[in-house]
Amino acid sequence: MLQLERIKEGNKDILRLIGEVDASNSVLLDQSMQEILQQGATFLLIDGNQLGYISSAGLGVFMSYLDDFSEQGIRFAIFGLNDQVTEVFKILGLDRLIQIVPDKSTAITLGNEP
Amino acid sequence: MSHKLNLSCCTSALVELRSFLQLSLKTYGFSEVDRHQLILAVEEVCANLIIHSHACNPKELIHLEVKELKKKLSIEITDKGDAFNLLEYEVPDLKKVIEEKRKGGIGIFLVKKIMDEIEFESKNGKNTCRLIKNFPSAVEP
Repeated sequence: MLQLERIKEGNKDILRLIGEVDASNSVLLDQSMQEILQQGATFLLIDGNQLGYISSAGLGVFMSYLDDFSEQGIRFAIFGLNDQVTEVFKILGLDRLIQIVPDKSTAITLGNEP
Repeated sequence: MSHKLNLSCCTSALVELRSFLQLSLKTYGFSEVDRHQLILAVEEVCANLIIHSHACNPKELIHLEVKELKKKLSIEITDKGDAFNLLEYEVPDLKKVIEEKRKGGIGIFLVKKIMDEIEFESKNGKNTCRLIKNFPSAVEP
């Protein structure tokens, strides 16, 4: 089961993932990311506090946008992941390509950097 | 003792696979992080079979057996679909996957990183993939 919530906070778009992302529902994550970007997001944060699991299907969705983010100067970070999920990002080395931070306030300060 | 599951070939059955593994992996002394990764590796193999070898046909089944084999954990995945040999699968370059904006192709990479050994055989139309992990406390004599 995956539930997605979108929250707009000033210049930030927060996408909250609740549940588990696998091959049966990663398309929902993709659709939400696409929608947010089409609406001109400049600073996208993924709230992973309630994300219990993510398989390669979900990781693949994030990876497919990384080039767009750097080309369009969109800031992107993921916060609140539990230890198990963080390790999965690390296996692939995605922690070197994506800003993964412990909490929302750290993620927001990233936006203040030049 | 072994734990068995017959899994229907649809992606909505993956949640059932995870609960099965969550229970059957509990007794072997793996840490929570290790268990999480084992579940992920098995799911990646099964998701691949469901989507690519069985075209998401819920009437077809994948059989799983979790057991101890030669003092290691063995998760045996058997099916009768088109054979997919993990061992022959070339792991893609991560940079290329990102450049090409491909959303798939990294699952088997994860499996190879997580498992200690992978065995594959295809005989009389039956494919067997064995994922093997050393027990955490296993120390060479």
